[in-house]
Amino acid sequence: MEKSDDKKPMLPPEQSPSFSRRHFLELIGMGAIGVTTLGGMVLSAEYLSPNVVKEPPMRFKIGPPEYYPPGSVTLNKEQKVFIVRAKEGYFYALSAVCTHLGCIANWKAEEGIVACPCHGSKFDREGNVIAGPAPRPLPRFAMSLDDQGQLVVDKSIVVQEEVTLKV
Amino acid sequence: MKTVLKSVTQSQVWRSIFRHGLPLSNRTRAEAVLYSFFLHIHPAKVRKRSIKFTYTWGLGGLSAGLFVILVITGALLMLYYRPSVQQAYGDMKDLQFVVSSGQFLRNLHRWGAHAMVAIVFLHMLRVFYTGSYRPPKEFNWVVGVVLFVITILLSYTGYLLPWDQLAYWGISVGTNMVRAMPFGLGEKISFLLLGGNIVGENALVRFYVLHCFILPVFAVLLMGIHFWRVRKDGGV
Repeated sequence: MEKSDDKKPMLPPEQSPSFSRRHFLELIGMGAIGVTTLGGMVLSAEYLSPNVVKEPPMRFKIGPPEYYPPGSVTLNKEQKVFIVRAKEGYFYALSAVCTHLGCIANWKAEEGIVACPCHGSKFDREGNVIAGPAPRPLPRFAMSLDDQGQLVVDKSIVVQEEVTLKV
Repeated sequence: MKTVLKSVTQSQVWRSIFRHGLPLSNRTRAEAVLYSFFLHIHPAKVRKRSIKFTYTWGLGGLSAGLFVILVITGALLMLYYRPSVQQAYGDMKDLQFVVSSGQFLRNLHRWGAHAMVAIVFLHMLRVFYTGSYRPPKEFNWVVGVVLFVITILLSYTGYLLPWDQLAYWGISVGTNMVRAMPFGLGEKISFLLLGGNIVGENALVRFYVLHCFILPVFAVLLMGIHFWRVRKDGGV
């Protein structure tokens, strides 16, 4: 079979079989270029996404409960969190990141509200929206007391409004 | 004087640089344009109507001129500016108050950037109102729109570099807008843009590289195509 193939005279282009040797080599060449390009793109995409980011930890200590008098709202600037202690003495941690576009909201003690300087959103001390473009209330984060009597906030856990920390 | 001039313009060096005679006849005038790298941005022949100043208002040329000013002043600013959280703001203040002519160059870059956004937008309006997007120039309109977007992105990425309050919150707000994209796409893109979840060191370096290298490279490439097509279509 193969020998008879070899002896075949070369066909003019218009009569050559639809899958010629040239077509086969072209396919291999283009395939190799395609695979390399695709691989390069995947590797570059992975390169662009950092595996380790040096950002403040999600779980952090904020000192003993005595630091926070009842009825106080304290902004932790580095962690962008309000430590709220209600008059009754229980604690909750309120995100200070405005739910509109991510600016840091401030506690206005004289008005008793949380206000965002960027686009004028206002929240009450429970985190509920009372004015402005913010679409959602400020989320609350899990709080606990560790063995040394330090308050701990974990921003990776969002809790419901009913969850508070009684000390 | 005349003989000196003649011996210079007829020397081998001169004639190898300028391969045409002095522009004294129509033919040599056309050659002067055709044989010059810098002048061949213009066609050898143009319609009288299209060189009327009030037709184009020179807005495209002004945009390109501002881009050149921004590249030059930007390269000079790069000599003193370091894109790190510790140093960026201080370097920017040093440029303003310590470096000779630093204030001038920084302001030239800043005002040039503001002007370029405005002029590019006006250029787009002019092209719209004169109907210059119509066939066969549809694709050049598309290239122009991409160039407009690149101009905005250049302006936006440059906004973070002074690392002051305005810059920090501007970028925080902008990347939070990106987060609003659906299907979890927003979170991914904003993570890639910032190189993290917050506006920090990674974000500053990424915006610096986008501002000083990646976006200008694409801008120059597309400007080349844009100008080439303008010229082929008989514009100036």
